[in-house]
Amino acid sequence: MAADTPTGYIKHHLTNLTYGKVPEGTPVCDAHGDLTGETIQQASWILARCDEQVDAMGFMAFHVDSLAWSGLMGTIFVLVAAMVARRAHAGVPAGMLNSVEMVVEFVDTSVRDSFHGKSKLIAPLAMTIFCWIFIMSSIKLLPVDTASAIAAALGLGYMKIVPTVDPNITLAMSFSVLGLVIAFSIMSKGVGGFFGELAFHPFEAQGITKFLLVPVNLILEVVALLAKPVSLGLRLFGNMFAGEFVFILLAAMMGYWQFVGSVPWAIFHLLVIPLQSFIFMILTIVYLSMASEQH
Amino acid sequence: MNMNATFIGQIIWFAIFVWFCMKFVWPPISAALDERKQKISDGLSAADRANRDLELAQEKAGEDLREAKAKAAEIIEQANRRANQVIEDAKGQARTEGERLIAQAQSEIEREINSAREQLRSEVAALALAGAEKVLATEVNPAAHKQMLDQLAAEL
Repeated sequence: MAADTPTGYIKHHLTNLTYGKVPEGTPVCDAHGDLTGETIQQASWILARCDEQVDAMGFMAFHVDSLAWSGLMGTIFVLVAAMVARRAHAGVPAGMLNSVEMVVEFVDTSVRDSFHGKSKLIAPLAMTIFCWIFIMSSIKLLPVDTASAIAAALGLGYMKIVPTVDPNITLAMSFSVLGLVIAFSIMSKGVGGFFGELAFHPFEAQGITKFLLVPVNLILEVVALLAKPVSLGLRLFGNMFAGEFVFILLAAMMGYWQFVGSVPWAIFHLLVIPLQSFIFMILTIVYLSMASEQH
Repeated sequence: MNMNATFIGQIIWFAIFVWFCMKFVWPPISAALDERKQKISDGLSAADRANRDLELAQEKAGEDLREAKAKAAEIIEQANRRANQVIEDAKGQARTEGERLIAQAQSEIEREINSAREQLRSEVAALALAGAEKVLATEVNPAAHKQMLDQLAAEL
């Protein structure tokens, strides 16, 4: 199947390399992704070769490419930053130290502007989020078929190299932020304070009515709480997915002439990528600062 | 949109990288930045201090200069006064010395005159006698006319 029709091409480029557990009865695919008509006899962990297998895997599956590329980019970031940090000194900065310090100062200023508490975690967290998302999303500036070339070189059926185009990745990060928001809330207000905030706001009353309003408040507040990470993750995913989709469309329709469209689009994305990284970082800081505020 | 265990994998990655960044990246860089900030502010305040010191030093130098000028003027005046005094002294000394010399010379002259007069006085008798002898063409006895001659010499 795969890349001979535009639809197939696009679908192929948007499918992750998935490693997961297929139950018995799943159809078997050959190396080209075509169904052979047979079914798998015993549940087992395999690399999916076609959509039918991906669908059959359900939750028990890993997007190997997303995890590998995000891990690789994260590792590059922390190693480079740590190498620079080890040689950081108070003298006149030069080279890499300059640029890393610029990022640190930028993040530090953002944190100081929005977060008024004291925390050893929040500044490095913000820096990691900003740099990591920035680097991960920057991979999309490579021509889209780089991914297919890498996949072919490794003998793999699928390869989607931009991790932020995978909602698993962006939502995992935003829900980690939610975890931190809850932790910060509990640390600053106590468990009772945190649940009180969920149960007794925004509708307040005295006496028995107070408890009658708890379900309404709970529903509202839990939705509000969950809306934060969901919007945070989906915003990044949506922006990156849309960008990537246009690149793939251009490649599918124009072939080697894609650069006519993809170069301006990439230049546009030079703006979008830092902006989205910045928004993710700033919102994280804002949410955490809201969580740790005392009422 | 297929959500799956990738979500959990990414949370683990996230935790690892944030921890790593918090442990090994942020503290050294932030410490270096703080240290540099401290150094710069120290440097600036040192420069301020140096400027103030310079101002004070200039002020002091100006004052010293003024003082030195005043002192020099005073010294010159003193020297002038002293020179005048020396000149006056020298003049006075010269005047007294001159007067003394004049007086000495006058007394010398007087003495000379007196001695010449004495000599003349002693010789006048002989001369008179010789003259008289010539006039009288005779010998005159000086002893006989000594009284008259002495009288003559005394009148001289």
